[in-house]
Amino acid sequence: MTVAVAMAVEWGARWVEVRKLLERPGPFTHPDFEPSPDTLKMMQENIRVLVIGAGGLGCELLKDLALMGFTNLHVVDMDTIDLSNLNRQFLFRKKDIGRPKAEVAAEFINQRIQDCHVTHYYNKIQDFDDEFYRSFHLVVCGLDSIVARRWINGMLLSLLCYEDGMLDQSSVIPLVDGGTEGFKGNARVILPGLTSCIECTLDLFPPQINFPLCTIAHTPRLPEHCIEWVRLLLWPKENPFSEEMPIDGDDPHHLSWIFEKAQKRAAEFGITGVTYRLTQGVVKRIIPAVASTNAVIAAACCTEVFKLATSACTPMNNYCVFNDSDGIYTYTYEQEKKEDCVACSQVPQELLVSPSDKLQDIIAILTDSLRYQMKKPGLQAMVDGKTKSLYLHSPASIEEKLRPNLKKTVEELGLRDGIEIAVADVTSPSTVLFKVKLKK
Amino acid sequence: MLRVHHSMESAAPASCEQTEKAKKYDRQLRLWGDHGQSLLEIGHVCLINASATGTETLKSLVLPGLGAVTIIDDAKVAHQDTGNNFFVDLASIGRPRGEVALRLLLELNPEVRGTFVDQPLQEILDNQPEFFTPFTCVIATCLPESTLLTLSKVLWDAKIPLVVVRSYGMIGYIRIQIEEHTVIESHPDNEIPDLRLDRPFSALEKYMDSLDLDAMDDKEHSHVPYVVILYKFLQKWNQEHGAPPKNYKEKKLFIQLVKTGMREKESGENEENFDEAVKAVNTSLLPTSIPSGVQTLLNEAANITPSPTTKPFWIMARALHEFVSSEGRGVLPVRGTIPDMTADSEKYIKIQSLYRDQAAQDADWVLRRVQEHSQQLGPRKVMPSLENDVKNFCKNAHALRVIKGKPIVEEYKGSINLSEIGAHLENPESDLVWYVMLRAVDQFHSEFRAYPGYFQDQVETDIVRLKVCVNRLLADWGCGPIVKDDFIHEMCRYGASEVHSVAAYIGGCAAQEVIKIITAQYVPINNTHIYNAIAATSGTFML
Ligand SMILES: [Zn+2]
Repeated sequence: MTVAVAMAVEWGARWVEVRKLLERPGPFTHPDFEPSPDTLKMMQENIRVLVIGAGGLGCELLKDLALMGFTNLHVVDMDTIDLSNLNRQFLFRKKDIGRPKAEVAAEFINQRIQDCHVTHYYNKIQDFDDEFYRSFHLVVCGLDSIVARRWINGMLLSLLCYEDGMLDQSSVIPLVDGGTEGFKGNARVILPGLTSCIECTLDLFPPQINFPLCTIAHTPRLPEHCIEWVRLLLWPKENPFSEEMPIDGDDPHHLSWIFEKAQKRAAEFGITGVTYRLTQGVVKRIIPAVASTNAVIAAACCTEVFKLATSACTPMNNYCVFNDSDGIYTYTYEQEKKEDCVACSQVPQELLVSPSDKLQDIIAILTDSLRYQMKKPGLQAMVDGKTKSLYLHSPASIEEKLRPNLKKTVEELGLRDGIEIAVADVTSPSTVLFKVKLKK
Repeated sequence: MLRVHHSMESAAPASCEQTEKAKKYDRQLRLWGDHGQSLLEIGHVCLINASATGTETLKSLVLPGLGAVTIIDDAKVAHQDTGNNFFVDLASIGRPRGEVALRLLLELNPEVRGTFVDQPLQEILDNQPEFFTPFTCVIATCLPESTLLTLSKVLWDAKIPLVVVRSYGMIGYIRIQIEEHTVIESHPDNEIPDLRLDRPFSALEKYMDSLDLDAMDDKEHSHVPYVVILYKFLQKWNQEHGAPPKNYKEKKLFIQLVKTGMREKESGENEENFDEAVKAVNTSLLPTSIPSGVQTLLNEAANITPSPTTKPFWIMARALHEFVSSEGRGVLPVRGTIPDMTADSEKYIKIQSLYRDQAAQDADWVLRRVQEHSQQLGPRKVMPSLENDVKNFCKNAHALRVIKGKPIVEEYKGSINLSEIGAHLENPESDLVWYVMLRAVDQFHSEFRAYPGYFQDQVETDIVRLKVCVNRLLADWGCGPIVKDDFIHEMCRYGASEVHSVAAYIGGCAAQEVIKIITAQYVPINNTHIYNAIAATSGTFML
């Protein structure tokens, strides 16, 4: 046997498990599916998959994709490795603490899995432009940040091409998204422009509810109230470490100080239960996490990537929740596309305002309503064919100049019926157009 | 400035300094606590066969810090392992798979110890069945039916939990065999608060009666915890109606009554505490009762005569039963925790302490009974940290869980749960059909020494043969031939392939089941779970 033949035999033997799915017909395949030995070659030679996040889900995703036969993987992550990652982010060791997650994860996979090539980017997702994202066939997200999810969702939607209002299917880059929290998780398949997107279901991620400040200040009842009092009120007043030094949740001196002061406050009110662990949890807004849930959700996502890339099976339709605290529970259902979704619907958004509403009221609608949940929206109006900045957060000089606008009314700003306002926010790479509609 | 910093540094008490272990495991300690972690760290799990499914299961046990693992595997690393198993590498082809997998798994966590045994399982079962006694739990993958049945019998007799994990094409399977599993901390997701408004204990009643809503100024009035509001209006209601509101209509009327007590705030808004009271009507006015599962458990406890071999759980359950039928006048001990309510600190904390004190008093009663039982059993039966255990038991009394398992042999040979099978097979959406298929391919394997579709050139013949196996199985259960050919074709397509993402999914699930068993927290499945990766659905069946 020549070396080349021997290698081909070994290659065939190595992928024998997945090849059964790719080379045999079956009743549950996608209608496009054609059983062929070429499918695996196509996966290995042509398909580029982007993994966003190299944390709990990201590590799993890279391993899973590599062992399903994908060889051209790319991973973006802006984080470095911390000791508390090691209970689940299995590509990292103690010696790696402080190094970029994406780099270490890629090194590990490349070393362990022969022929797999992971390219890493120690970056924010916002560092890349549409050219970059357009170069992938599939994107998988393992993120804990909703803002980042929304941004990538917006990016993939911005890549869609429409001709005469018809979507060009070849411009669709599927997004598979996973999320976990303790024993709960979810996995979903998004075909941008075709199925429900992240913004369609924004009400699934209600903003975190903070304790009312007056409770924290005057009527604490829970240990958390005492910790928040120290964090929000006492720290800025006493500046225990130096003037203007913000709280560093990773600095044990900071945490110890907060812990002790919170204990004192709790004792004053007869509140029990302030512990160091709770203090840390509240200050750093820690979400519990365990290896198994990440393994399960990443695997579910990877299965969907495999289906989308090969058609060897029909994709999940389209949203699955998982919880294994009492038995093992899953629920899979079709999340419907929202007819007037702010991101994927092509329907212009209407901004219903009264002439007496102030600009700050409009901004409050954009940040507070479950539907938009924007973070720091900047607004520009199109008045008489010219762009007029209403409010921008940066640069500081412009912000200062525009700040008086916040108190001005719709009428004073000259925002007539039908005027378009372009809103830019960190939750989307592109601006969202709103049409002003005046309340009668 | 420097001086301040310095004094702060020295002021940090040593107790705040977390150990490195506490930092590493922080995210999971928030789920099962230090006591759960301690149990995990003395756990010793045996894995049979370091296949992809096997190593994926162990991975999620090694990472969180299981004490020790033993791998039994007589296979050598082959090329196909490098295509689906992360814990082998190219350089190790031809080496014992258990050895390689163990080495690569232990790299994940230096705190975990491990050994491997390069010997056929059947040999161990035949010659040294006592081999298994040190294990907290055994995980088995890739076993033919006959070996699985022998193993399950050995482990059932030795009272060692067995978790069978399997991935077969797009199908995942978990079967837990455990004689009895008791859970004190089941951590239910949505708990109904235990406020006792229908039967207030005397300290609560006394305090409530000392408050006069009408005499309060506006500020105080808007800061009365809602439990007080509900209590007061319930009294009013009862005077008129004789009994608390029961149905939807009465609750609606009751809400209207509560609303009559609300004062308008200066801002024109509602009083938040009254809004909360209205919202709480549905759950807080439910009569105090014992959940049916707990009642079943108490009935069982009533028939127990504590002996030196009785588990502490059952001694506590026995004492709890005694509490319910005497001191508790038909209900469980007061839980002692209440939800947060808009309130001034003083009243909230006062009320909280009333509940807490009553809970302590009730738990104390139970503790004395437990001690009496223990004393009768002689000095050897001393339980460490008894007081805390009983407190914890009483606090979780409403959520106690007992799982009674069934041996796999019984499921396979004779008394499978036919009503469950019948009900699910009639439902075209049910994933139980995949269980039938897995059982059928096992029978196929027993007969033909290979799984259907394992060889490319036999797929077509195997379809016919597998159909015979399926129909025979269904006939044995007294079911008609109701399985569609599609499932048989799909099964032959798989040819027993172990696909990585399915292995990773089901391995992750199985690992968490093992953690539940070892930590005795959260609730494991009973007894069979099927994962269908085609539709991303799953189901749990009691077979
Ligand atoms: Zn949408």
